[in-house]
Amino acid sequence: MVPLGHYLFLSAVLFAVGTVGVFLRRNVITVLLSIEVMLNAVNLAFIAFGRFQGSVHGQVIMFFVVTVAAAEAAVGLALAIALFRHRESLNPDAFTSLKW
Amino acid sequence: MLLLIPLLPLLGFLVNAAIGRRLARAASAGVALAAMLGSLLASAWAVLALAGLPEGSRAIVQQVAPWIESGALAAPFTLRLDPLAAVMVLVVTGVGFLIHVYSTAYMHDERPSEYARYFSYLNLFAAFMLVLVLGANFPVMFVGWEGVGLCSYLLIGFWFTRKSASDAGKKAFIVNRIGDFGFLLGVFLIWVAFGTLDFQEVAGLAAQAPPEAAFGTVSLAALLLFAGATGKSAQIPLYVWLPDAMEGPTPVSALIHAATMVTAGVYMIGRNAVLFAHAPIALGVVAAVGVATALMAGTIGLVQNDIKRVLAYSTVSQLGLMFVAMGVGAFAAGIFHLYTHAFFKALLFLASGAVIHALAGEQDIRKMGGLKGELPVTYWTFLVGALAISGVPLLSGFFSKDEILWKAYAGGHTLVWAVAVVASLLTAVYMFRLVFLTFHGSRAGASRGLAEAGHDRASGGGLPHAGGGGRLHDAPPAMAVVLVLLAVGSAVAGYIGVPAALGGSNRIEHFLAPSFAAPGVAASGEHGANLAEARGEMVPGSGPQGEGGLAHAGEGGHGSDDHAAELGLMALSSGVALAGIALAAYFFLRRREAADAVAARFAGLHRLLLNKYYVDEIYDAAIVQPIRRGSERALWKVVDEGVVDGAVNGAGTIVSGAGAALRRLQTGSMRAYALSIFVGVVVILGYYVWR
Repeated sequence: MVPLGHYLFLSAVLFAVGTVGVFLRRNVITVLLSIEVMLNAVNLAFIAFGRFQGSVHGQVIMFFVVTVAAAEAAVGLALAIALFRHRESLNPDAFTSLKW
Repeated sequence: MLLLIPLLPLLGFLVNAAIGRRLARAASAGVALAAMLGSLLASAWAVLALAGLPEGSRAIVQQVAPWIESGALAAPFTLRLDPLAAVMVLVVTGVGFLIHVYSTAYMHDERPSEYARYFSYLNLFAAFMLVLVLGANFPVMFVGWEGVGLCSYLLIGFWFTRKSASDAGKKAFIVNRIGDFGFLLGVFLIWVAFGTLDFQEVAGLAAQAPPEAAFGTVSLAALLLFAGATGKSAQIPLYVWLPDAMEGPTPVSALIHAATMVTAGVYMIGRNAVLFAHAPIALGVVAAVGVATALMAGTIGLVQNDIKRVLAYSTVSQLGLMFVAMGVGAFAAGIFHLYTHAFFKALLFLASGAVIHALAGEQDIRKMGGLKGELPVTYWTFLVGALAISGVPLLSGFFSKDEILWKAYAGGHTLVWAVAVVASLLTAVYMFRLVFLTFHGSRAGASRGLAEAGHDRASGGGLPHAGGGGRLHDAPPAMAVVLVLLAVGSAVAGYIGVPAALGGSNRIEHFLAPSFAAPGVAASGEHGANLAEARGEMVPGSGPQGEGGLAHAGEGGHGSDDHAAELGLMALSSGVALAGIALAAYFFLRRREAADAVAARFAGLHRLLLNKYYVDEIYDAAIVQPIRRGSERALWKVVDEGVVDGAVNGAGTIVSGAGAALRRLQTGSMRAYALSIFVGVVVILGYYVWR
């Protein structure tokens, strides 16, 4: 059987990839996709832990995360459309009005 | 019952203070007069009840409320009427009431709201003075003590739109506060030394020890209390406020000088007679200060030209005589003089007020003269007052002043006695200088003075009540009645204290004696002997008032000798009074140029006296200016502008600088915020994982 370390390593790599995507990509939609990657990296870790402990708790949490992720995608994409309508841009660095 | 005495004037004050501005003049004056009359009747009733008690136990005590209770300290709000307080209460309410009556006419030109304000202050003044007099312990007395200080400030500065008046008010208040500080320290020391603040208990405890031969706690406490008395009763070195207090309306001067305020210091020493009797050193200081003040004020009074100012210095001088009496241990004589002085000083002030009223605010006696015919009531009453204060035989001042001089002489204080005799010669001279310059001769600069004075006073809200065409008008009825009543009082008030040498029985001294003895003296012979010994040592020849305090020393074994000496002294001081009057008549009635010649001859001395020994200037240079400069240069420029303002402004600068630095972090970019959250999470997790 593949040992737990491999799963966790893959999960960490995916998480890092997602994080880099969030901070570096210049498109809001890509940023959302990167967040999705990060969430799934976490899901992978939960399932792996659950499998190796012989319980279903990891899978239960995974389902919650997937549900929340679906909702987040819906809201996030709606926001992206709204932003684009107002600013004619999807570059996250263009939106700097979130200050006093 | 006792509570009514101070409570009624207080109610009068509250009414006039709350709704006075909406009342007509007659209504606010009516309230004030009713309050004082009620208080007078209550006092008379209480004093009658007191006189009905058996001689040894004459005291009425009323505990109004528990007040300060803290640990061992218990100072209930207790009023106590004993013979000493009885005399004072009658003086305060009686003379005070007459002054209220007089004021209704004198202040009639004020606007109704000012009129009500005036009467509310007047009532408050009386209320505080009555609390002071009736208080059975130091804290209650202190309430009245501070209260009269406050009221003097309010009333001296009554015409506060005039700068000199508001300055005089402040001066009175500040100078009094200096004395009050000494008084407070004295009270603290008494608490530490005796563990009680009740007058009776303090007296009882003080009487248990023999008089202090060296300077000790009791002497220090007595001296500190005396410092308070110098402030209130205008003695050296704190007398400077009293002459300036003339800026107030004249009836206020009368009130301050006769009934309230300045008598407080004398009364306080009388109240603590046993304590002072056990501190011979302090008594010596009291006598020395008193006699020095009497002489100094008398000499200043000789040359002053403002009618009220002369009277003010005469008050200072007479108060000095009262302190002489206190200082030689003749407490009853001092209080007796206080009581007669209340009559003739109130009379003199109110009569001078009538003169000022008639002359539309003129106060300079050089511009007066020849008023005898035009103001007959004022003239005759003023004359009675002047005769009484000069000590002319058979008027009240003669009996009381003579009593003091006799006690000083008999007590072996020959130097004090001699100076006091000189002071009373001065009294006769300056009083009759006033009489002759004001009422006799001709009114040279009068018409000019009238015009100027009207101009002067109108701005100060004074008395735009000019004499009209040719003839001046004498005092209106409300004033005239008061003047006549006080003149009668000045003439006959002394007859309750006719000395034994003249075949009298000195009733007031016997009446007062229990108040100056330690409590329980009449009951226990042991203490009585102790006290008699104490007092006898101080005042050989004066009455050791044990056993009901009836024995007058003169009636003892060597009675006839003493009587002869006392009669001799009486003749001497009568002669002195008459000589003073004659001197004044020569210089100021017959040959005025001779007075001018003397003044020119001793120009330096004359200028010194005219400038009141430059005491105000010395105080200004020695105390006021250093404080002002220190305040300006150190406290204002350094402490206030540097430290206080610096701290406040510095706090502001730090906050705004920090804000300017921190706002750079807030870019508005979502990703920057997300990054900082991410880094924060990583750092925190990293800390817990790898610690």
